[in-house]
Amino acid sequence: MKTPEKQIGARMNRVDGRQKVTGAATYSAEYKLPGITYAVLVGSTITKGRITSIDTKAAERAPGVLAVITHFNSPKVPGFDTAGKDPSQPATVGGPIKIFKDDKIRFNDQPIAIVVADSLERARFAAGLVKGQYAQEKHQTNLEANKAQAFLPTSAKKNPKHPMNDYQRGQVDAYKTGAIKLESEYVVPTEVHHPMEMQAITAHWEAPDRLTIYDKTQGTMATRRDFAREWGLPEENVKVIATYVGGAFGNALHSWQHESAAIIAARVVNRPVKLMLTREQMFTMVGYRPYTWQKLGMSATPDGKITAITHEAIGQTSTFEEFTEATLAQTRMMYESPNLTTRYRIASLDVNSPIWMRGPGEATGAFALESAMDEMAHLLNIDPLEFRLRNYTEQDPEKNRPWSSKFLKECYQLGAERVGWNKRQLKPGSLRDGDWLVGYGMGVGTFGAHRGSSKANIRLLPNGTVLLQSAVTDIGPGTATAMTQIAADTLGLAPEKIKFELGNSDFAQAPTQGGSAIVNTVGPAVQEACLALKEKLRTMAASSNAAFASTEKEDVLFADGYLTLNGNPNARVPFADLLKQTDGGFVTVESKPQGDASKSFSMYSFSVHFAEVRVHVLTGEVRVSKLVSCADAGTIVNEKTAGNQMKGGAVGGIGMALMEHAVIDDRFGRYITKDFADYHVPVHADSPDVQVAFVNKPDPHVNALGTKGIGEIAIIGVAPAIANAIFNATGKRLRELPITPDKLLV
Amino acid sequence: MNQFQYVRPTKQKAAIDALARDANAQFIAGGTNLIDLMKRGVMAPQKLIDINRLPLTKIESQNGSLRIGALALNGPVAEDKLVLERQPLLAQALSAGASPQLRNMATVGGNMLQRTRCPYFYDTALPCNKREPGSGCGALEGFNRMHAIFGFSDKCIAVHPSDMSVALVALDATVLVSGPKGDRRIPFNDFHRLPGDTPQRDTNLEQGELITAVEVPDGPFTKHVHYQKVRERASYAFALVSVAAALSLDGNTIKDARLAMGGVAHKPWRLTDAEKALIGKPATEETFRQAATVAMQGAKAFEHNAYKLKMAPNAIIQALKTAAAA
Ligand SMILES: Cc1cc2nc3c(=O)[nH]c(=O)nc-3n(C[C@H](O)[C@H](O)[C@H](O)COP(=O)(O)OP(=O)(O)OC[C@H]3O[C@@H](n4cnc5c(N)ncnc54)[C@H](O)[C@@H]3O)c2cc1C
Ligand code: SF4
Repeated sequence: MKTPEKQIGARMNRVDGRQKVTGAATYSAEYKLPGITYAVLVGSTITKGRITSIDTKAAERAPGVLAVITHFNSPKVPGFDTAGKDPSQPATVGGPIKIFKDDKIRFNDQPIAIVVADSLERARFAAGLVKGQYAQEKHQTNLEANKAQAFLPTSAKKNPKHPMNDYQRGQVDAYKTGAIKLESEYVVPTEVHHPMEMQAITAHWEAPDRLTIYDKTQGTMATRRDFAREWGLPEENVKVIATYVGGAFGNALHSWQHESAAIIAARVVNRPVKLMLTREQMFTMVGYRPYTWQKLGMSATPDGKITAITHEAIGQTSTFEEFTEATLAQTRMMYESPNLTTRYRIASLDVNSPIWMRGPGEATGAFALESAMDEMAHLLNIDPLEFRLRNYTEQDPEKNRPWSSKFLKECYQLGAERVGWNKRQLKPGSLRDGDWLVGYGMGVGTFGAHRGSSKANIRLLPNGTVLLQSAVTDIGPGTATAMTQIAADTLGLAPEKIKFELGNSDFAQAPTQGGSAIVNTVGPAVQEACLALKEKLRTMAASSNAAFASTEKEDVLFADGYLTLNGNPNARVPFADLLKQTDGGFVTVESKPQGDASKSFSMYSFSVHFAEVRVHVLTGEVRVSKLVSCADAGTIVNEKTAGNQMKGGAVGGIGMALMEHAVIDDRFGRYITKDFADYHVPVHADSPDVQVAFVNKPDPHVNALGTKGIGEIAIIGVAPAIANAIFNATGKRLRELPITPDKLLV
Repeated sequence: MNQFQYVRPTKQKAAIDALARDANAQFIAGGTNLIDLMKRGVMAPQKLIDINRLPLTKIESQNGSLRIGALALNGPVAEDKLVLERQPLLAQALSAGASPQLRNMATVGGNMLQRTRCPYFYDTALPCNKREPGSGCGALEGFNRMHAIFGFSDKCIAVHPSDMSVALVALDATVLVSGPKGDRRIPFNDFHRLPGDTPQRDTNLEQGELITAVEVPDGPFTKHVHYQKVRERASYAFALVSVAAALSLDGNTIKDARLAMGGVAHKPWRLTDAEKALIGKPATEETFRQAATVAMQGAKAFEHNAYKLKMAPNAIIQALKTAAAA
C-alpha cells in the first residue's frame, strides 16, 4: 500500500475555504432559529455620571417591539452579586460592569438599553426613540493629561514575581551616564481591532436553566465559564458555539456587556435573541489597543555595544478593570545590555476597557525599542542590521538560560537579501526616484512560544473516516486545516478522510485561541489522540489477528475499509469488525507540556520585517513599496496558511504605522473617528505583495511537532520597520503613530 | 432610522411636484450618501422620492458643450468615451473618488449634493450648526484636521468632500435645474455656498428643484490636465487636499489655465487669481510656485489643519507639474 504523502509542511488549501468564500459558513448572527428576534443596543451619550431617567415609552409602542430593557426593569442576574469584584482580575463576566444593574455611566456609549423587536429594522427604529437623561460628571479620557496618576498594576503590587513589576539588571537608569546616549518618547494611539465580522451573539434559553449561545468568541470554554457563572448555572448547562469566527485579533478574548445584554433579553422575551454590534459600536462597546506613552533611554559604546536601556510605558485602562499587557517584554530579552530597567504603569480613564490586540503589548513596545535601535545606529553611523548583530543574544539575558531555539540571524539574512538591503544608504535622504524619496528600514519582533494543556476527542466512523473534535475556535489562521494535516500524518490517513470539528464548548477542552499558542497546544493533543486511537484499534485488532498483538501503534496503517500493518500487508482487519467491538464512542486524550523544558529554556518565536518606502517630497504621502517578513516560528505546518498569517500581520502593521488612529474628542469623551471613512485601515493599494520567508526549523523543546507560533510575530516589529524606512528616506524621525502625510510636511 | 414613505415617479414633473409639496421629502438617487445619513439619524426625511426612473442618464455633445445627465453614474461617466476625449480632468476626478462599487451607484447629481464628512455633523450627540442650527460648531475648537482653510465662518468650518465638483468648477460647468418655477442654469461656482450664518444650506438649490444635468463647455483642456488627490491611504479615502489643474500650452508658454482645490473650503475652491498668475508665463516649476503662493493668499488654519497651508500649495505645484508633463 502506498503511504500517503506527508501533510505537515504541505501547502494544503483550507478545509473550510470553500464554505467561507461561498457563504455556506454560518457565523454567529446567521443561525435561523425558530422564533428568532432582533436586538439593538442604545448607548449613553455622556461619558461619566448617572442615568436619571430613560424615556422608553415611544420605543415600547413602536411596531413589532417585544421589549425595552434598561436598569429600571432588567431581571436580576444572579452572578452580578458575586462575580468580578476585583478589578485586578479582569475578563470576568461581561467585565465588571454589570449591564443594566445600576445607573452609573463609566464610558461614552456604554449600553443603557436593549430594544428587542421582530425585525432588525423595527428594533433599530425603536432604539432611536429611546432617550436617556443624565446627571453628568467631569470625565477624563486623555492619557497624556493623566500620566501623573499612573500606577503600578495591582497584580504586580500583590505579587513581587509578577512580570508587570519593575525589572532591573545591572545599574538603574545607567543609560543616563553613558558615553553615547539617546532618550526619546513614543506614542502608539488607541487602535481598534475591527475584524471583518462585527461582534455578534445569538442567545437562546432552551430551558429556564439551559442556555445556548452562538457567539463571536475566541474561547468557547472561557465564554461558557463566564456566562455559567453569571447565571449561577453548572457549566454543562451552558453551550457556546462558535463554528466560524470572522476574524477577531484579540477583540473576542473577553466577554463584553453586549453578550450579557443579549442573554438577558432572550430571558425576558423568552425567544432567541440576535444581536450584532454596529461598526460604530465596535469602537466603544468592546476593547481596543490602549493608547500608550513610552520613553526609551539607551546608551552604547562607539563600536556599537549597547551598555544600558531604560524603557518605561504608561498604558490606558478603564476605571473598572486593570488591563495590562507585556509592552516591555521584548526589551528585556532581545539585546545584550548589561544594564536594563523597565517600568510599566497604567492610568485609569473614563473609557471602556482595552483588550489585547494582535501582538498584544509587544507590538506597542517594539515600536519604541526598534525605533530606538534605529536611532542609536544612526547616532553611531552603523548600519542598523549590523548594530543588531553586534548586540545579538545567544542566550536569554533576562532569565540567563538558553533559548529553546533561535534562528533570528538566519531571518536577518533571508530578509536583507530579499528587500535589497545593500541598496540602503547610511545617510538619510540619499535615495530618490523622481518626486519620491526612497528609504529602507527594519524592525524585529518576538513573542513567547506558549504551550498550554488541551484535550482532543477522536473517533473512527463506520465509513473509515476519522472524526476529531476540539472546543478550540478558528479566528482565521486555519486551525482546522493545520490540525487535519497533523492528524493525517500521525494516522497515515489522507486528509480528505479526516474531519476536524471545532468551536463548540461541548467538544474536548481546549484553550482560548490567542497568544499564538493554538498549534503549539492543540497540535500535540491531536497528535496524541491519533496515536491513542491507533493503539486502541491495534489492541482490538489483536483479538482477531495475532500480528497486531506483537507490534507497535506506529505500525498501524489505515487502508480502504480495513486496518493493516506497515510491512505486513497480509495483516488486515475490516473496520466493520473493529467497530462492532467498540461502543462507537470517542477516545479522549489529554495533552500537557512534558517535563519542565519551559523552566530550563526560554521559548520564543522571532521575526524580522524589512520595509522599502517611498515618501512624496511635496505631498508627504507614504507608500510601502516592499515589505519582507521573515520568521523563525519552528516547524511550519502549512506554508500557505502560515504565509497568510504573516501577510495579514504585515498589512496590519502598515495600518498601525501609517493610518490607524481612534480619536476621542476629550471635551465630550466621545470617539469622533467612528466609521471606516474616518478610521483608516489599509486597502489593497496600500499593500505591496508582502514577501514571506520561514526558517522552518523545528524547535526541539516546545512540543513534539517543533512549532513555536506565528500570529503575533507577524505584526510585532512591522510599524517600526516602516517608521525607520521613513527616517532613512527623509531624515524625519516620527515617534508618534500613525505617520500621516501632515506630520511629514511640518 | 426613521420610517418613511417611498415613491418612484417616472415623470420629471411628478417628481418635482412631489418634492415641492412636501418640505420633509427628499430625492434619492444612488442613495450612497442619503441612506448613510438616515441610518445615523442625521437626516430624517418623511418621504423619499426615488428619481432613478427619470430619463436623465444621457451623456451627449450639444452646442459646444458636453451635457451629462444628473442620473449618469460616476463610474460609467469616468469611462465614457466623450468625457475622456473632451474632459479628461473630469474623468480623473471622478475616478479618484470613493470605490468602484460606490461609483457604480453614485450619480452626478447626488455627488454634487453629498454632504460634508465632518465627524460632528455625523454624530447626533455632538453639537453641529449644519445639522442643528444654533447648537454650535463642534469642529471649531475640536478635532479639525480635515477642515477648511478658506471661506469658513465662525458658524462652520466644514469642507465639501466631492472630487468631481473640483473638476467641474475648474472647467466652468453649469448646473441645469428644473423646479416648480421652471428651469434655470446655475454657474458651478455659484452652486455651492459658503457657510456664513446659514451653514445648514450647502447649495443655492431651492426647495423642489431637481438637478437635471451638468454642462461642461468644450475647451482646450484635453491633454495637459491632472487631478491631484492627497490622502493618507492610497485609495478609498477623502482628500486631505486635492487640486484640479488644466493647462493649455503653446510650446512651453501657458496660453490658458484652470485651477481649483478641494478639501479646503465649504465649496470647491476655484483659484482665478492663481490662474491669472499662470497665463502667459512659461510652464516652469518657478511659475507654478508663484501661482501656488497667489492661491494661498488669505488661507488660515485651525489647531489640527495647519499642515494644509503647506500641503495645498505643494499639491498645486505637483498638479501643475504633472499636467504640464502630460
Ligand atoms: C465610503 C464612501 C467613500 C466615499 N469617498 C468619496 C470620495 O473619495 N470622493 C468623493 O467625491 N465622494 C466620495 N463619496 C461620496 C459619493 O461620491 C457620494 O455618496 C455620491 O456621489 C452621492 O451620489 P448618490 O447618487 O448616491 O446620492 P444620494 O445619496 O442618492 O443623494 C445625495 C443627496 O443629493 C440629493 N439628490 C440626488 N440627486 C439629485 C438630483 N438630481 N436633484 C436634486 N437633488 C438630488 C438627494 O436628495 C440627497 O440629498 C464616498 C461615499 C462613501 C459612502
Ligand atoms: S464644521 Fe460645520 S459641519 Fe462641522 S461641526 Fe462645525 S458646523 Fe457642523
